[in-house]
Amino acid sequence: MGMTTAVNPVEPLLRSERMPHLWCPGCGIGTTVNCFARALERSKLPLDKVAVVSGIGCTGRVAGYINLDSFHTTHGRAIPFATGLKLANPDLTVAVYSGDGDLISIGGNHFIHAARRNVDIKVICVNNFIYGMTGGQVAPTTPLGAVATTAPYGSFERPFNLPFLAESSGAVYVARWTAYHVQHIAHSMTEALRKKGFSFIEILAPCPTLYQRRNKLGDGLDTMRYYKERSVIKNGASTRDLDLDFQGEITVGKFVDVERPTLQETMDRLYRQRLEDRYFGWRQP
Amino acid sequence: MNLVHADPKTVLTGAHFMDGNHAACEGAIAAGANFAAGYPITPSTEIVERFAARAPLVGATFLQMEDELASSIAILGAAWGGAKSFTVTSGPGFSLMMEHIGFAAMTETPSVFVDVQRGGPSTGLPTLPAQADMMQARWGSHGDYEIIALSPSSPQECFDVMIDAFNFAERYRNPVFVMMDESVGHMTEKVVIPSADRVLLVPRRYTCLPPSEYLPFKPSPDGIPEMARMGQGYHFHVTGLTHDASGYPAINAQTQQELLSRLVGKIRNDADKIARAEERQIEDARIVLVAYGITARVALRAVQLAREERIPAGLLRPIVVWPFPEKRIRELAGQAKAFIVVEMNQGQIVHEVERGVAGRARTVLVPHAGGAVHRPEAILEVIREVAQWA
Ligand SMILES: Cc1ncc(C[n+]2csc(CCOP(=O)(O)OP(=O)(O)O)c2C)c(N)n1
Ligand code: SF4
Ligand SMILES: [Mg+2]
Repeated sequence: MGMTTAVNPVEPLLRSERMPHLWCPGCGIGTTVNCFARALERSKLPLDKVAVVSGIGCTGRVAGYINLDSFHTTHGRAIPFATGLKLANPDLTVAVYSGDGDLISIGGNHFIHAARRNVDIKVICVNNFIYGMTGGQVAPTTPLGAVATTAPYGSFERPFNLPFLAESSGAVYVARWTAYHVQHIAHSMTEALRKKGFSFIEILAPCPTLYQRRNKLGDGLDTMRYYKERSVIKNGASTRDLDLDFQGEITVGKFVDVERPTLQETMDRLYRQRLEDRYFGWRQP
Repeated sequence: MNLVHADPKTVLTGAHFMDGNHAACEGAIAAGANFAAGYPITPSTEIVERFAARAPLVGATFLQMEDELASSIAILGAAWGGAKSFTVTSGPGFSLMMEHIGFAAMTETPSVFVDVQRGGPSTGLPTLPAQADMMQARWGSHGDYEIIALSPSSPQECFDVMIDAFNFAERYRNPVFVMMDESVGHMTEKVVIPSADRVLLVPRRYTCLPPSEYLPFKPSPDGIPEMARMGQGYHFHVTGLTHDASGYPAINAQTQQELLSRLVGKIRNDADKIARAEERQIEDARIVLVAYGITARVALRAVQLAREERIPAGLLRPIVVWPFPEKRIRELAGQAKAFIVVEMNQGQIVHEVERGVAGRARTVLVPHAGGAVHRPEAILEVIREVAQWA
């Protein structure tokens, strides 16, 4: 968001009074936020009806910079908060914006269950392969062999393949991009915002301060170069084949875009069937 | 404060025989609860089972979540979405909810947590009663905050205090606790549910200011900020970080001081207004029993037995346990020679009584490890002993 200028059309969507933001120079999170602001514009959604929910982490601070109703919740629990919010106020479009550690480690159980239920929320995960906010510890996304403060000799755990996890849990929309692919990110975010059901976008993004530095991978720009050189767009690829290796090839694209009734639709239909005119539908608060 | 009537469509007016868990559920529905999330745990489950059945008939939503971490924050998301929401659990689940109790306190989210207490620690006695989570309700989440907790001693009161709990939650924008126990939850008695026009509810405090003038955490004169409706262009921000009136994080000692003194003060300063207690034969009592929840009923029996022996005993039964009725204890310490605290734990509320008494009378604990209620005779024994010197 350091790139934001007075003429930037996304400016009204950001909280200018909160600038400068707290992200490091070269951090990829701000880039994704710019894409999100553009997607909000393009989605043509009534913006007052869009809410952003974050967990805790560097990415978790996104909610505080987007000029919409926004919630900075607890570590790992953005998804169940968003689930309650969406069920209580079905008119809202609810986006969850958080980090890989937040959504997939401490929040992993909520992630798979919300996907299984097909809660109508849009989950944006900034995957920097690391716990940024707490100083660079190993995450369930850290590539095998990559160094982190709590994995000083390299991570010895197999990381999650997030698109595969999302699809097998039930997500109806799954995409992965890197912070280099700004046009694609904005396009996928627009699609997700307009799609009904649990939508998931993974964005690989540099954390130059911790991940890149500890692994001697240069700065944010070097990482962008890596993304550019080693990314291969394979829309519709099987999510099974999307494992990430340390500095290896990155498959990006939109992998899943299917229709499935949402939690609310299923609930509603069942109540209607079983209770007929005794069903007293949700009273909008 | 403007009160509104309950919705007649939701209130099961009439005389019923039901247990405390079912009554608590009906109390919540009568109070206008239209969202609940929970995770099954004995001995609390009947409350959400009933809510799951009733929800689609009364315009409410129930979701069984993947765990108590999820249910305790789903209700907070729902509350911000506009719902009146609650969750229900017992000891192990209550332990998992603690982080979100602090989040609810910090973000001033109206919410109700029901804990049907069972024996602990750990898995303890899943099917048997205890009152050993009283301090956990008060102090269980990290950091400084204040809560309100009610303790019903009959199925009727389970219904009644649920309405109070929702009203307090809205009035103070705070997490409120209904501290039941297995005995009260599973005991069946007559429960009279009044007509909807006799159930008075505190509506949510929504702002009338336009978005340009609204600050989400700017306190009203009574110290409590007004909420904004979602989706109306207020673009408000809510965070569990220390925040100023704007709602944005402000990580410094001064903001922390201002916020904390307001959060704590809004409950502490109103403790007398929140207080609710039943007193039995207290006027001439030289021995005051203090007991709450199911234990108060056994203690009352002991008081009656003592009176038969001409021992001047009485009972103070706090219905609101937190904030603790310290002032009333202080007053009674002027007349009583001794306080006997009867509770189904190894000594929790007794410390509050001791603090209020401040050495002006003796305080004696009659503990119980849980699994069964006290025997009135065992309490009578202690009363007799104390009467020797009181
Ligand atoms: C319950 C709890 N445990 C631990 C923490 C500390 N903590 C804050 S952020 C974070 C990890 C964030 O990592 P990620 O979600 O990947 O976000 P990033 O900072 O990388 O964007 C942790 C462990 C916390 N706030 N709460
Ligand atoms: S620590 Fe890493 S993730 Fe956090 S702001 Fe800095 S670069 Fe970004
Ligand atoms: Mg991360």
